[in-house]
Amino acid sequence: MLDISKLLEEIKASPYEELVIKAPHTGVVTFSGIKEGDRVIGATGTWGEIPGTALATLQRERNDKIIRATEKGIVEKIHTELEGQFVEAGTELVRLRHFLSKQEVLNIILKKALYLFEAPERAKYYFVPEVDSKIKTSGSQSVTVHDGMELFIMSRMKREAPLNYSGPDGVIYSIYFQHNENIDAGAPLIGVCPPDQLALIEDVVVRVQTEWTEQE
Amino acid sequence: MDTEKRTQHLTERLTYIKDVFGDKQQENIRLLETKLEEFVQRENTLSVDDTYAALTTLEDLFGFVERNLENELTAMDKVRIVRHSQRICLRDILENVYDNYTEIGGKDENSIDPSMLIARAYITRRSGKRVYHQPVMVIGQEKGHGEEFRNGGSVKPWGNAKALHYMRVAETENIPVHTYVFTPGSYPIEDAPGAAQQIAKNLYEMAALSVPVVSVFSEGGSGGAEAIGLADSRLMLSHGYYSVISPEGAAAIEGRVRKGERAGSDLVEKCAHQLKITADDNVRMGYIDHKIQEPPLGARPHHYDFFRMLRQEVIRATDEVVLNVKGFSPFRAMALRRRKGKAIEDLDLENIHVRWSLSRKARARLISKRHAKFNKLSKSAYIDRRPLHRRVSAWFVEKGWDTYSYVKYDLWRSHQKKLMYAVEEVDAEARVLMDKVKGPWKKITKAIPASTTKADKEKELTMLSQWDEEDQGKGQWSYISPRAKDDRAVTCPNAETHGCQDLWAPDLFGEFAGVCNYCGHHFPMEYQWYMHNIFDPGSIFEFNSEVESANPLGFEGFDLKLEQAKNKTGLKSSCTTFEARINNVKVVVATLIAPFRGGTVGAAEGEKFIQAAERAKKKRFPFISYVHGTAGIRIQEGVNGVIQMPRCTMAVRRYIDAGGLYLVLYDTNSYAGPLASFLGCSPYQFAIRSSNIGFAGPGVIKETTGMDIPPDYHRAQKALSRGHIQGIWDRRDSRHNLSQALMTMGGRNLYYR
Repeated sequence: MLDISKLLEEIKASPYEELVIKAPHTGVVTFSGIKEGDRVIGATGTWGEIPGTALATLQRERNDKIIRATEKGIVEKIHTELEGQFVEAGTELVRLRHFLSKQEVLNIILKKALYLFEAPERAKYYFVPEVDSKIKTSGSQSVTVHDGMELFIMSRMKREAPLNYSGPDGVIYSIYFQHNENIDAGAPLIGVCPPDQLALIEDVVVRVQTEWTEQE
Repeated sequence: MDTEKRTQHLTERLTYIKDVFGDKQQENIRLLETKLEEFVQRENTLSVDDTYAALTTLEDLFGFVERNLENELTAMDKVRIVRHSQRICLRDILENVYDNYTEIGGKDENSIDPSMLIARAYITRRSGKRVYHQPVMVIGQEKGHGEEFRNGGSVKPWGNAKALHYMRVAETENIPVHTYVFTPGSYPIEDAPGAAQQIAKNLYEMAALSVPVVSVFSEGGSGGAEAIGLADSRLMLSHGYYSVISPEGAAAIEGRVRKGERAGSDLVEKCAHQLKITADDNVRMGYIDHKIQEPPLGARPHHYDFFRMLRQEVIRATDEVVLNVKGFSPFRAMALRRRKGKAIEDLDLENIHVRWSLSRKARARLISKRHAKFNKLSKSAYIDRRPLHRRVSAWFVEKGWDTYSYVKYDLWRSHQKKLMYAVEEVDAEARVLMDKVKGPWKKITKAIPASTTKADKEKELTMLSQWDEEDQGKGQWSYISPRAKDDRAVTCPNAETHGCQDLWAPDLFGEFAGVCNYCGHHFPMEYQWYMHNIFDPGSIFEFNSEVESANPLGFEGFDLKLEQAKNKTGLKSSCTTFEARINNVKVVVATLIAPFRGGTVGAAEGEKFIQAAERAKKKRFPFISYVHGTAGIRIQEGVNGVIQMPRCTMAVRRYIDAGGLYLVLYDTNSYAGPLASFLGCSPYQFAIRSSNIGFAGPGVIKETTGMDIPPDYHRAQKALSRGHIQGIWDRRDSRHNLSQALMTMGGRNLYYR
């Protein structure tokens, strides 16, 4: 069984992710004047159209390629000794420290603790009537699912087909779709967890929501 | 009027003056302010008579100061007047100028576009004892005294579509159209029908709208104004402006202002002055027929005399247009003529009756007069360096072509066609007859097995077909971009998402014709690439190359920029016109070339385009517009540039109506005015994959609408899904596709098929 409290302690101990920016191919490196300890940002804008902070330039065959930060973070290490040097593909150039946000922490925990059942194709999804009424009266966590259970109705362009749940047994921890809304293929429909972990997960989520301080 | 109301009115007049002049004219403003304050303080102590007397004095003082200030109005002050919420708007005009009206399609914000107002109205006139109600279709932008949902008169594409719809209704009903232009510009969104494409459609239809159109300009902002401004008679209010771009926009471009910043007020003022946007300027340049004098500091809703005059002016303008194309009306025409020393008030227009509906012949005359009127405009706004004898000989050649084209196509061809059809008929009949006669004989011959045909059949069924390499060119192009000489690698912009590897420049710009061979991304190419690789080698014959871009407004610093552009590109304008062949099909081509001032269109470009269309019409050739890139109308030419929108669209209309095929091919970035007129009106618009097509760029959209737009908003694919263009072509196939297009489409006058 997964020890969620231990997982949270681990994350708390090192509340960041290390991003290693490597040379995508060979070339001569020029760093763009950033220093260790500088803050950098990844691509921003509604469509990610504003590029992130430039970290270095890699030149190959007179073609300058700017290497940019992919996430928000702090520059931890710059390999300044490589300045002006020819490097191989995969050489580490910069190491960034990206502090985890509340949402990211939750995602890590839930990813490990929950089983996500995904939509097989783009369609609208509904629970079968019995399950639906049960969820409506006593909440999603009252529904126990098991492998092969008929759980959903998949509806697309006026065609309806039943969809069976496949995966580990457990209770529905959360529902990720709304009725009357199209769900893309591969998007999660429900998250399932073993019944005995339910209370623990809820506790951890509350703790993260309240205790986690986001570092800039 | 009671005292309170009169005081209130004076306060409003004072605020208006303050708003118009801003920081200027402080002395006059302070004078009025103190006098008004004094009066308000003294008011309670005065007797009724004294109050009235004091008020009258104060009103006289206001009138006096307003008249004085009137003489010091700058162009930018007029812009502020026009934009002021106290300025008259279309609803005021409908109330006060017309005798009755019904608004069509919309009440306040419940309208498809509240900024476009349409109404059926009538004007009542007497002739002798009889009373006539003369119906008109009134179309115009409504600013609604600053009502927010009106968007300040910025019309969305569907608003312009509605206007077009009701112009057509007016055409069916045979009643004149009165348009009132009150717009700072069109609302720049691409959603179908698309800002640019809809304006283009409006212009195209208005070019042949067979009812009289009279337009009155108050705020004529570029494309938005043109969408309803193509008229037989164009009037303008004396305090209005008619311009290619707002002075702020011009200042932002001139001052190279960065995103989010604003140009200084001095620069804005200077640009407003240099763009020659006022009524007087436009009358002088010939783009406006007549100026309507407003009261000092501009007309406001309480100027009832002004509305009376406006009524007289629009009646006169409509009468003039109608009488011009009607058969016989010398006395009424004389009565309407403008004479020195004769004010409009002296005319008794209400008692002259002119029927505003037109006969079929008069409608045709109306359209041809409209075309002639616009064709004459902006002739002095470009340089034509041809010596006199060349011009004379060119004139003769042109007349020769006119005659030749008339004899060959109108006289001979029509008879030839009849003959041909008759021969075809006889031939078809004969074939059926012969089949019947030959029938028995064929049966006998079929029964005898023929060995040779069988072998052929077998070969056809068993052999692989041959790869047709002729069209592919094997990566051998007649023109290679100079960038192919660079020994370097180039990264495709899609590399991150599509995993494209770096491309070696000599490969990319040489053999691959600027197309990434991993993802198909099209790098922009030089215009020469198309000139040499689309058309048959050595078939290009340029004409009108002497027509040169000029600086008709004397815009400061523009002469130098123009000179630099000419030196850099070796061209004299951004438009090159030539005759060429594609697979031996002769075509006339007009190009807009991006490196010359961004491919902007001014008077020279417009003239060349029109002449190319005329040439194609006379010679009965397909007409292709290849747009390497255009940033819009050249702002430094002001209205000389904007007027090319209706002018060129009308040329296209004449060409298509005469039976021609007009094809547009977009390449890199095509935006604004040209797209909203002579390019967007083509029924066949294609784009190379490298194109971006739209009305306004992302910066302008953000600035005017406050909306953030996705980075691929203007890509050709998006334009195709919105229905703005008809197809997207791979650059390497452009010659083949163009040739195929010529073979499969065609006007009724094209004989190469």
